Amino acid sequence: MSTIHSRPDEFIATEHKPGVWERSRRARTAILYLLPSIILFSVFVFYPMFRTIYLSFFLTDQAGDAAVFVGLDNYKYLLDSPAFLNSAKATLLFVLYTVPAGILLSLFLALLANEKLRGIGFFRTIYSSTMGVSVAASSVVWLFMFHPSIGMFNRFLALFDFPQIQWLLDPQWALVSVAISTIWMNTGFSFLILLGGLQNIDEHLYESARIDGAGYFYRLRRITLPMLSPTLFFIITISLINAFQTFGQIDILTKGGPAQSTNLIVYSIYREAFVNYQFGTASAQAVFLFLCILVATILQFRFGERRVHYQ
Amino acid sequence: MKKVELIGISKSYDRQKDVISNIDVRIEPGEFFVLVGPSGCGKSTMLRMIAGLEEITGGTLKIGEQTANRLPPSRRDLSMVFQNYALYPHLSVEDNITFGLDVKKVPKAERKKRAQDTAEMLGLTDYMKRKPRELSGGQRQRVALARAIVSEAPICLMDEPLSNLDAKLRGHMRSEIRRIQRQLGITMIYVTHDQVEAMTMGDRIMILHEGKIQQIGSPIEIYNHPANPFVATFIGSPPMNLAQAEADPGTSSVILPGGEPIRLPEGAFEGIGKGPVTVGIRPEFLMPAQGTSEHPVFRAEVTNVEVLGHETVFSFLAGTEEWTAKWNGQWQIQPGDRIPIALDEESICLFDAKSGTLMKKPAARQLSVPAEGAAT
Amino acid sequence: MTMSVPKKITFYTMLTVSAVILFFPIVYAFMISFMTGPEILQGKFFPESFHLDNYIRVFDRLPLLNYLLNSFIVSAGVMLGQLVVCSLAAYAFVFIPFRGSNFVFFLFISTMMIPWEATMIPNFFIIQNLNWLNTYQGLTLPFFALAFGTFLLRQHFKTIPKELHEASQVAGLGPFRFFLKVVLPVSKTSLVTLGAYGFLTTWNMYLWPLLVTTNNSVRTVQIGLKQLQSQEVATDWGVVMAGVIVVIIPTLLLLFLGQKQLQKGLTQGALK
Repeated sequence: MSTIHSRPDEFIATEHKPGVWERSRRARTAILYLLPSIILFSVFVFYPMFRTIYLSFFLTDQAGDAAVFVGLDNYKYLLDSPAFLNSAKATLLFVLYTVPAGILLSLFLALLANEKLRGIGFFRTIYSSTMGVSVAASSVVWLFMFHPSIGMFNRFLALFDFPQIQWLLDPQWALVSVAISTIWMNTGFSFLILLGGLQNIDEHLYESARIDGAGYFYRLRRITLPMLSPTLFFIITISLINAFQTFGQIDILTKGGPAQSTNLIVYSIYREAFVNYQFGTASAQAVFLFLCILVATILQFRFGERRVHYQ
Repeated sequence: MKKVELIGISKSYDRQKDVISNIDVRIEPGEFFVLVGPSGCGKSTMLRMIAGLEEITGGTLKIGEQTANRLPPSRRDLSMVFQNYALYPHLSVEDNITFGLDVKKVPKAERKKRAQDTAEMLGLTDYMKRKPRELSGGQRQRVALARAIVSEAPICLMDEPLSNLDAKLRGHMRSEIRRIQRQLGITMIYVTHDQVEAMTMGDRIMILHEGKIQQIGSPIEIYNHPANPFVATFIGSPPMNLAQAEADPGTSSVILPGGEPIRLPEGAFEGIGKGPVTVGIRPEFLMPAQGTSEHPVFRAEVTNVEVLGHETVFSFLAGTEEWTAKWNGQWQIQPGDRIPIALDEESICLFDAKSGTLMKKPAARQLSVPAEGAAT
Repeated sequence: MTMSVPKKITFYTMLTVSAVILFFPIVYAFMISFMTGPEILQGKFFPESFHLDNYIRVFDRLPLLNYLLNSFIVSAGVMLGQLVVCSLAAYAFVFIPFRGSNFVFFLFISTMMIPWEATMIPNFFIIQNLNWLNTYQGLTLPFFALAFGTFLLRQHFKTIPKELHEASQVAGLGPFRFFLKVVLPVSKTSLVTLGAYGFLTTWNMYLWPLLVTTNNSVRTVQIGLKQLQSQEVATDWGVVMAGVIVVIIPTLLLLFLGQKQLQKGLTQGALK
């Protein structure tokens, strides 16, 4: 016996070595559970992504099939096209208008709503309410509020004898107006996430800071914001991506106008593809959009690694 | 009831170093078998291999007469109690108890009856409709026990089931588990790191250290004849005192470093040559020296004293080692005192200095009370 | 921890002012929805009376009831689909360790970097080629698999003690029954969070329904709003706002009921 058992591992291993079929049993079970996701992702995410990249090298026919290979011509065309450059510029401006302001507003609201006060639940519900209002519904409401004659904004200006503003009709103001309405629409979601982040911060940290006699803003700077940084990074990324993806409010508020000043990239893709039937150039624009979001996500992962410090 | 047999069992992760090697043991039907060892010794891994939750990488596991290496846990005819009880939080106590029966498609009426009987046995009848989170720690523990018992599996595995209870409840549950095991006659394999549980509950104990068997035997056997210094210090509280010493068979004595030679009874050095040995003695065999002692007496400086009410535990310097003695009663001793201590030389163990094997067993000290009515 | 009275007043003032400003558009839309044309032109804030004429008219002008039903079917469909697909995937990631699981996990993560809008052109043609334009499956199926949902559930599944899994194995529960009888019931709260999130986002979806519905048969309320707005702008804002209120009431209710749950759940899914 002892001679056999002196090297039990090898002995047993050669004796009943399980076959490939047996050994892969767990992987096969797992794939069964993952199959629905994998199929759906393949059909509706991966294949279309490759198809988009593929189409971006072609001129297409009406049915969206590749017709003539043109190499990088679609991209060259875009980079030379003032319309696309304008759209890219508008998108970047829009991101700049909406993301920092939106996050600051939501952070302000989340900090307010994180205080332990009577009736705070009511305020939290109100602050998160815009998440329950669809882009289409809010756009319609804002369209009315921006209305040049009966809209609430201009009535308000009139009250103080300020000059009237053509909110959505003036190329100078249209993008800002859309940005204001977008900030409002996104506040609910950002608020909810930031409030969740605030509530995850350990109470004891504040208690020990109070014992040390730290004031509100000192605690905010030294405890709250550092501890909240992972959540902040997350919501910044989400807001960035959301801003790049803006579509509904453009379609309802301005239709890309006036003078193309609000022709954001997704709206531009939509028009190029489904109004002008230029699927090749539309796909090239989609690839640009993909790259923008890829960069934003990679940045999040990079910065996100810093989270480890705080947990 | 079924036996469980481990033949050359070993376990390695990624075919690297063995975390458990070469375990050979036969657990008899109806036996209460305790696996004990310090944390990380591999005892839980071994239990989980028997349960089928962990793959066996070498050797053969037999349950009953059947080789069970590749059987899924449910076909090994066993029940298991986990350290954290593993109660289903969304199910009532009753549904928790019958969960396994439900899976095995036991008819509803029988299910109900068995659950009722088990609940009665464990005093859970009033809690059947509650959820686990509405129960105290002790009650949850009982539900976990009930779940194991109700399955009527011939083998029950327990993985540190009492470690989350407070001391008082633990003492109570020890005897309760033991009672139920006897009553049902199940084969029990019980993992613990607590030597008191091992000593009080087990028919036999296996002591594991770094994945290797140190000793298997009845609690008393292990206490009296520890196979090596590890077992000697692991079992018994306070642990056995150890010191490196020189054996001198010529004078039939051992010499502690910086101490006097201790004469041992004749025949103690059978098979032992001159040279280094490890000397061991249990704290209760270092006794108060009063008047003229029949035992060797030495004087030592006390370093620490704990008076526990019924006994006094103190440590002192024996040569360079710190030893502990345990005396009955409350003794007025202060640290720094030099006191005379008598040493029961017959109770000394000698271990091989290198391999650690026990070379001289201490004399057996079994006491008995004459049974009433028996002729004396 | 008690606050001094002046501090409390400051906080309540800020809270109230913010709430009024933030909630104003919704209240305003609500008020307008009861106003007649002339009232709106006068620029009043409160309507003279809360009569339901605008609501009756909006249901006349549009098959709004149909749209509501469509939206409900599509949202509930996506919600159920996501719950099934995501919970299955999350279960595999947590409870079935297998070779290559890291690779599959990476695939899931990578889908988060591909914006839906970048793939909408081929997706549109896929649905068209399947003859799924103007069908419920065309509106719902592409959204069943969701990396975010899978991560959210995976996060919760990971908190289930492994002993629960082992106890089930000893009891003889197969992987699928363990999933159904233990994992899902224990994770009720996360499922509710994901469900609410899925329902909400689908109800509010705009671009995809715009692309794949060409007639009224399965059109959703959001597209209905666009129709309403483009038909009515010049004439009757009251009717339009009545439409808006009808459309946002279900989601607002859902949000008010589940705000706490949603906030907890989403934060958990977002951050590990």
